[in-house]
Amino acid sequence: MNLHAIKAIYIFEMSRTFRTILQSLVSPVLSTSLYFVVFGAAIGSRFAEVEGVSYGTFIVPGLIMLTVLTQAVSNASFGIYFPRFIGTIQEILSAPISSLEIVVGYVGAAATKSFVIGLIILATAHLFVPLRIDHPVWMLGFLVLTCVSFALFGFIIGIWAKNFEQLQLVPLLVITPLVFLGGSFYSISMLPPVWQKVTLFNPVVYLISGFRWSFFGESDVGVGLSLAMVLLFLSICLAIIMWIFKTGYRIRN
Amino acid sequence: MNTIPLRTGSDGTNPEIGGDPICSISEVSKTYAGGFHALDGVSLEIRKGEILALLGPNGAGKTTLISIICGIVKSSGGSVTVGGYDVGRHFRQSRSLIGLVPQEINLEPFETVSNTVNFSRGLFGKPKDTDYIEKVLKRLSLWDKRKDQIVTLSGGMKRRVLIAKALSHEPRVLFLDEPTAGVDVELRKDMWEIVRALQADGVTIILTTHYIEEAEAIADRVGVIDKGKLLLVEDKSTLMQRMGTKQIRIELQSALESIPDALSQYELEIDKTGNALIYTYDPTGGRTGITSLFSDLKSAGLVLCDVQTYQSSLEEIFVDLIKAQT
Repeated sequence: MNLHAIKAIYIFEMSRTFRTILQSLVSPVLSTSLYFVVFGAAIGSRFAEVEGVSYGTFIVPGLIMLTVLTQAVSNASFGIYFPRFIGTIQEILSAPISSLEIVVGYVGAAATKSFVIGLIILATAHLFVPLRIDHPVWMLGFLVLTCVSFALFGFIIGIWAKNFEQLQLVPLLVITPLVFLGGSFYSISMLPPVWQKVTLFNPVVYLISGFRWSFFGESDVGVGLSLAMVLLFLSICLAIIMWIFKTGYRIRN
Repeated sequence: MNTIPLRTGSDGTNPEIGGDPICSISEVSKTYAGGFHALDGVSLEIRKGEILALLGPNGAGKTTLISIICGIVKSSGGSVTVGGYDVGRHFRQSRSLIGLVPQEINLEPFETVSNTVNFSRGLFGKPKDTDYIEKVLKRLSLWDKRKDQIVTLSGGMKRRVLIAKALSHEPRVLFLDEPTAGVDVELRKDMWEIVRALQADGVTIILTTHYIEEAEAIADRVGVIDKGKLLLVEDKSTLMQRMGTKQIRIELQSALESIPDALSQYELEIDKTGNALIYTYDPTGGRTGITSLFSDLKSAGLVLCDVQTYQSSLEEIFVDLIKAQT
């Protein structure tokens, strides 16, 4: 195991965050605060309680997931796409480092960033609405799993993308709709019966449901199922990445 | 340029030139997905401590060969070992011996020089060593720029950063892919000095170039690649002797219309002006015939004004080789 290499990639990636601290941390916090102002205070005040909590409080887990997912995907995809774009990937490919170590370095850094952002948003939310966390260990567990899974997913996009447009396309066309339709701002039980069934094909539903359960003890689907789905998604991403490195897809001629 | 010696290899000694090969390339071929045959059965042994120049026109397969040795490109056939380690099966051992200075300036623009060089050292599995990195940066005249962002550096400085990155993990073999392409004369000479100093430290150096004068100036051996085939590999001096011919230009006091009969046994030509004789001879043979020519010139009553010798350059040899192929 080339631990020095993993550490080098991790530190190098994290230093990018510190260089661009404004985009990295301030902007997600700002956009989340705007959600709270609009959905929590302005519109939310007219809503009845959902699952036993005020609407402002109800959307906290969904909002954290929305940002964490987007950040994990964009950080990880950019993290590996940028070296491909400027050519520094050659150095990584010529280093005595295994595919697994490359993934651990890049995905680890992207997951860390999104995890920290998740916690910052949680703290920000606490300023706006009263919060309780019934199962803090599960909450952190779900957060870590989500960060890692979607950073892996982002890594795949970063390898797949041929240009910056494609890099933006997946978060924009796939992640955002899935998160918005995954119950970030509503409970599945609020949907008409047909849509309740359709929405079960959306993997994000399980994430948000499980994550919300760790806060309020209420969920749309069973927490065991949620966990299983996250792990399934994680395994699929890992399998794809293993295939990428085995075949050299888009990275090694 | 700073000439502080870097560390020598892991055994701490300067390996002798001409010892065991540090890199063996055997029947390596590469066909790209599009069907392009970049390499066709290339075999080559690189000796410890030498400077080997791989010459060839653009698209000859030089970069592909280097990329296969370094692990960036997968070969379609054949095998490569570095330091006795197969580049596929034992990639960790083989790659940790290699430093690569790529042809393109591939650098993270917003990082500092020092961070990017330290990153490379870590990537190649070495613990942080500020003293060593300081030596590398000082030798490459980058120490004053260590806190600067790469984007603020000149093209020449960026090339030095690439070399510093390649040297950061104390490699035993250094590949320089077109190190002086698009570099001004001053910097090119600087690079050559750096390369020679590295060789003195015991680093084996393989450089690709299409500047023949570069190979002529610094290489111990020269390999010529064209259309994916290695046409030859030879000691530079042997190559120049074997392939090169020598000429003597003898300026005469009065013009000649034809070669005097007394001199008919020699390979002589009259130059266009008629005022000079050109004698072509093989410098490798034991007898060049120069002594008897000069005595016969005197007997023929010719008065000499000046004598010049001329040797064909590597460039002419190279052009002849490539022409012979096509």
